[in-house]
Amino acid sequence: MQEATKPIYYTHISSKYHMFDLNLKEVWRYRDLIMLFTKRTFALTYKQTVLGPAWIFINPLISSFIYAFVFGGIAGMGTDGVPQILFYLCSNAIWIFFSGCVTKNASTFTANANVFGKVYFPRLTIPVSNVLASVVQFGVQMILVLLFLTYYVINGQVHPHWEVWPLIPVVLVHLGLLGLGFGIIISSLTTKYRDLAILVTFGVQLWMYATPIVYPLSQLGDGLMKNILLLNPVTAPVEVFRYAVLGQGEIMPAYLVLSGVITLVAVIGGVMIFNKVEKTFMDTV
Amino acid sequence: MENREVAIQLSGVKKMYKLGQIGGGTLQGDLQSWWARVRGKEDPNTKIGSEQQLIGQSFMALNGIDLTVYKGEALGIIGSNGAGKSTMLKLLSRVTAPTEGEIDIYGRIASMLEVGTGFNGEMTGRENVYMNGAILGMTKAEIDAKMEDIIEFSEVREFIDTPVKRYSSGMYVKLAFSVAAHLDSEIMIMDEVLAVGDMAFQKKCLDKMRDAAKKEGRTVLYVSHNMNTIRQLCDRCIVLNKGKVVFEGGVDESINHYMNTTKALAVVNDCSGEHKGPTMDKKIHIDTVTFLDTDFPVYETGDVVIVKVDFTSRCDIDHLAMRMTVHSGDKTVVGLATSSPCMVAKSGSNEVVLTLRLDWLAPGKYIIKLTAYSVNEFGMNQMHDVVDDCFAFEKVQSMDDNNRMSWNHSWWGYMMFPELGVK
Repeated sequence: MQEATKPIYYTHISSKYHMFDLNLKEVWRYRDLIMLFTKRTFALTYKQTVLGPAWIFINPLISSFIYAFVFGGIAGMGTDGVPQILFYLCSNAIWIFFSGCVTKNASTFTANANVFGKVYFPRLTIPVSNVLASVVQFGVQMILVLLFLTYYVINGQVHPHWEVWPLIPVVLVHLGLLGLGFGIIISSLTTKYRDLAILVTFGVQLWMYATPIVYPLSQLGDGLMKNILLLNPVTAPVEVFRYAVLGQGEIMPAYLVLSGVITLVAVIGGVMIFNKVEKTFMDTV
Repeated sequence: MENREVAIQLSGVKKMYKLGQIGGGTLQGDLQSWWARVRGKEDPNTKIGSEQQLIGQSFMALNGIDLTVYKGEALGIIGSNGAGKSTMLKLLSRVTAPTEGEIDIYGRIASMLEVGTGFNGEMTGRENVYMNGAILGMTKAEIDAKMEDIIEFSEVREFIDTPVKRYSSGMYVKLAFSVAAHLDSEIMIMDEVLAVGDMAFQKKCLDKMRDAAKKEGRTVLYVSHNMNTIRQLCDRCIVLNKGKVVFEGGVDESINHYMNTTKALAVVNDCSGEHKGPTMDKKIHIDTVTFLDTDFPVYETGDVVIVKVDFTSRCDIDHLAMRMTVHSGDKTVVGLATSSPCMVAKSGSNEVVLTLRLDWLAPGKYIIKLTAYSVNEFGMNQMHDVVDDCFAFEKVQSMDDNNRMSWNHSWWGYMMFPELGVK
């Protein structure tokens, strides 16, 4: 056979492969599938429910009220002068975005084993669509935040740093990638160790308390606790987000860089492990 | 053959599966084993006793497959359960990677290892078509363009906007097959997908696949245990056995090879050993069947098969009869011949000579299932012994036959009627 007669589509499958053979071009070719997966995530969550998409608003509202009641009311934690409900809505939105990226991706292989076992498509489409779905959910929650924010800004109770708002998408990409990285590392490991699947829900909850979500960073003073929390890669981006929206907190460039490095390592490492596992995980799942 | 375009090339492909439980199952177990290995101690997770030998044992589902599939051909893959058919398709559709070897695929693959992959019960038929199409590699624009054809082919137009969880299983399959069949792929892989769906739809699917191969020049790989569909669809076959290609060739030859590996033509057929089967009382055991008056069991029209059956009886039996069920090479039942219940068996060794006329039997290789039974005073049959694949013979065309064409069983069946009269 001559070279010229080769069709455009050519696949070579071999037992050997390169560690950096990431096939990102192929993921791009399947972008329609990513969009469909993203849509499906939403369509399915609210099928056959009475309130339908209204749940996207109701969920964060209720949990924010609970936080306001438990942490603000009973525990008496301060919120740096920001109205409690706004503080918790805002923190909740960014945390749900991040934790969604981690938990949804953590079950990529096990939850989709039946589809993965029957047909090939770039497996990375699923994590990417999960992150996109989280972005959409975050957007919807931000509508809620904006409603409250408008009210409090008019009342003069909150002073957002509008000039930092353009950074919010950067924060999203940052946290999205971080969540994706951790999520796919966990999902790759769960194909062999199911223990992690149980650990992850629990772990993410713990992680939330190790991040200034239900309390502002200033609550910790300047002690050891604060330094430990700052090593948490989620802390610095979250602070940037709240600095922009609520005018509370601070921007810490050094820790942002640290967080960025951790994110890069997690994403690159994650995609590499993911690619290695996706080849043969069907034999072990 | 040399200048035909290659669609798929497999070279030295092996796939190994580990036997038994994979890993410790838990991280703790693996860490324990690893720590034990590091210290050079015995693995605490090893089961005591005989299990020790099993460690490192593996199972080769595919053991060195070399195969070339050409563009535009419909290749059937047959083999018994566990021969490696599905593993091979899984490797080709990139669900899992080979342990060793290389595969080159020229073209896009639409694989249907299971119909309706990615179908979600909550979504409507139309939404699922988009989903399924995208999973199989189509873009949204391509699906839009094909949507009308897909709905038309699937015969479920009225239900297309209903969630598929309300579909009957037949409708589900029809819709799913339609999506897969309308893919713009160069290679189609199908694993027994036609087992569901009614006869009319099965036929429609087969026609569609045949068109895909013949008219559109697509390559079809088809796995089935249904030899009839293989025969209708494929123009070449491979037979897999224990992870290896044991036969490669025409459809009928392959099917015969697959079906007949146990029965060869022989004058003396030894039937000792236990005969398995339901509802027989084993009062008789058929020992040997010997062809008389021939050196080799090949017959022409007009010849009569004469066999001597030696059997052992455990008691005296009156009204003993024998019957022969004639099977074609692929185990299709062709017909039945019975003797009158006039034989008498005495306790001990017996022999009887049976004759079978072959006048209307079409040329081909046939296998006989021999049954010994008796008829009681109420006309009820009692089976004493049944021997599957008892003996085989071949009928060949004679010079006197009107029809001299090479006989194709899928077109003409197993009966060759006497010459058509012209008045």
